[in-house]
Amino acid sequence: MVILQDIFFISLLILAAIPLGLYIHKIMIGQKVFLTPVLAPVERIVYKICGVKANEEMRPKRYLLAILAFSLVGLIVLFLIQLLQGWLPLNPQQFSGVRWDLALNTSASYVSNTNWQAYAGETTLSYLTQALGMTVQNFVSAATGIAVLFVLIRGFIQREKETIGNFWVDLTRVTLYVLIPLSIVIALVLVSQGVVQTFLPNHIASSLAGGLSQVTPLGPAASQIAIKQLGTNGGGFFGTNSAFPLENPNTFSNFIETFSLLIIPSALCFTFGKAVKDHKQGRSIITVMLILFIVGLTVITISEQYLAPQFAGVVVSGNMEGKEVINGIGASALWGASTTAASNGAVNATPDSFTAFGGMTMLVLMQLGEIVFGGVGSGLYAMLGFVMLTVFIAGLMVGRTPEYLSKKIEPYDMRMVCLIIFTPPLVALLSTAVAVLMPGAAGWLTNSGAHGFSEILYGYTSMANNNGSAFAGLQANTVFTNLVGGAVMLLVRFLPISATILLAGNMSRKKSVAVSEGTLSTTNGIFVGLLIAIILIVGALAFLPALALGPIASFFTN
Amino acid sequence: MKTFLKQLRPAIICLLAMTLICGVIYTVLVTGIAQLAFSKQANGSIIAVSLEDGSKKSYGSALIGQEFTGSEYLIGRPMMVSNLSPNSTEQQALVQGRIDWWKDLDPGSSADIPIDLVTASGSGVDPSISPAAAKYQVPRIAAARNISEDQVQAIIDKYTSGRFLGFVGEPSVNVLKVNLTLDGLSWTD
Repeated sequence: MVILQDIFFISLLILAAIPLGLYIHKIMIGQKVFLTPVLAPVERIVYKICGVKANEEMRPKRYLLAILAFSLVGLIVLFLIQLLQGWLPLNPQQFSGVRWDLALNTSASYVSNTNWQAYAGETTLSYLTQALGMTVQNFVSAATGIAVLFVLIRGFIQREKETIGNFWVDLTRVTLYVLIPLSIVIALVLVSQGVVQTFLPNHIASSLAGGLSQVTPLGPAASQIAIKQLGTNGGGFFGTNSAFPLENPNTFSNFIETFSLLIIPSALCFTFGKAVKDHKQGRSIITVMLILFIVGLTVITISEQYLAPQFAGVVVSGNMEGKEVINGIGASALWGASTTAASNGAVNATPDSFTAFGGMTMLVLMQLGEIVFGGVGSGLYAMLGFVMLTVFIAGLMVGRTPEYLSKKIEPYDMRMVCLIIFTPPLVALLSTAVAVLMPGAAGWLTNSGAHGFSEILYGYTSMANNNGSAFAGLQANTVFTNLVGGAVMLLVRFLPISATILLAGNMSRKKSVAVSEGTLSTTNGIFVGLLIAIILIVGALAFLPALALGPIASFFTN
Repeated sequence: MKTFLKQLRPAIICLLAMTLICGVIYTVLVTGIAQLAFSKQANGSIIAVSLEDGSKKSYGSALIGQEFTGSEYLIGRPMMVSNLSPNSTEQQALVQGRIDWWKDLDPGSSADIPIDLVTASGSGVDPSISPAAAKYQVPRIAAARNISEDQVQAIIDKYTSGRFLGFVGEPSVNVLKVNLTLDGLSWTD
């Protein structure tokens, strides 16, 4: 059953990703699509009120500053909405303003497409904050990631050109033509299965067995959950995320949510192949992603099924601690692999209660740099960084000037690639080290010993890779974690974005060189193997010592 | 810096436009369609039982688990979220405590206990148990209520959902619906 479910999932994912990828390519280059008659007028109005000329392209520096300005404004607005929600409407549970450090952390988290949550939505945020704050950033942070990918792709395909597109146009088109239509469909499917979508206050009833009052938390949840999955955001409407039955009620909704989580990052590989006019380039990248994903999924599934502790008098079965009955081992493992491979971070089971190797595999999938699918846009632009690193190393080995997609790779490009690749692991390890050294650190943990260390390592790895999932035993709502974590999430989002755009600008200015006999093929099996090796070596070198102290020690000491 | 400040104006207006589109219009549109087409689900799948005098009494959401401890009820999963490692001594002590509790509740049973009854879920309010966990409780419920085991099993079967497409996810039994039916209460879905 479990194997059939996984094969069905992956096949359907690839089948759907191809047409969606080609559709997104049309959006990228401004071609007409079937939604154009409906959406073009809206698009024109947006440009008009923003004072944007749709055909005016930007130089890299201006494009980057536009992203930074837009994200800064988003950060401030989201911060203010949270602080002021007590005075704003649509607050049926009458929550007061969010504490400043938590509000700052949450703003940084949503603007950076991380959706790390040190709060539970149903006890902290008003419906207004959820809809106008969280939902909006779910959309635009995802669109920003895709826009940055578009810029990098343009860098490869343009020749001797100084401009790389218009941020406002990319942002608007991705949001209107890709994210909104998909979200409407997914949201309505989820509501039909039992995900709530209402402005009514929480429902209070009496329990059947008597005595207790039974609270059903409500709110405009489905609309936010659809984009949280599609945009690799991951921030739950409710505290326990997609483990909560009103966020993910049954086996069908769970399948749809898992599918939505990976569909756009997969599709973008085909967008890339189409854009560079060589489908094999996109195919070799998604092959690498799929291989790493399937290995991760297999390890998690086997570990959860067979490495769980057993008890006398209990039926021998897998590890069900922290998992819902509807998902069991199979669908929980599939979600766990998907949410950490993509930088989504939503959960349908508690990662903290996974077995040592199950939890470690999720940790490793993040530590590879969120490039196995990764975030929407961000996963692929970071993966292209790894591709360039691989081409560069291969070039050194044979003594030729490395080139990729007919563009020479030069020292400046490699400096940018290093910023893209090495910022997340460096920040993850440094921030983990700082957190562990804090005098009160032990008091934040639910588990003790090696697994306690894993809670901290997982938390900072998650934030430093814009994932957002957590070993939830870590008490994250402290001033220290909120502030350090907030800074970490912004740094690892915007430093690589800056490097990607500067890299794209530099590539775009170059002439293209003719492909010759001696050009390294980036589409054959050897290259796929080489790329996987480079990814694993970089990931392993960076994180093996930390993993030895955490999950590996945890496995051997129990 | 000047270029940056020049981007602030479009940034502010664009964010407002996106807030209007993605925050207001999108949310209202989805809510509107949801309320028209799926009003029951959109409002929490609340179970309203019809009483003899014609009025209705709410027993909360069919999707949120409730705590049952009585021998005459189908009992669900522990209502908590542990976040503990399954290998930790704390967690193993918790599980052992639950095993003892089940043995006390039903000393006559020699069957092994299904795992979902002694482990907590990720939500802490899992509304379901596995069909095996329900079956394990059938003899005890039948004895406590003085009805036949077949009757109890028939009610359980009625509220068992299968896998999506026959192979996606796991089958589950809705505990609250079974217990409402055992108590002779009826509601409209």
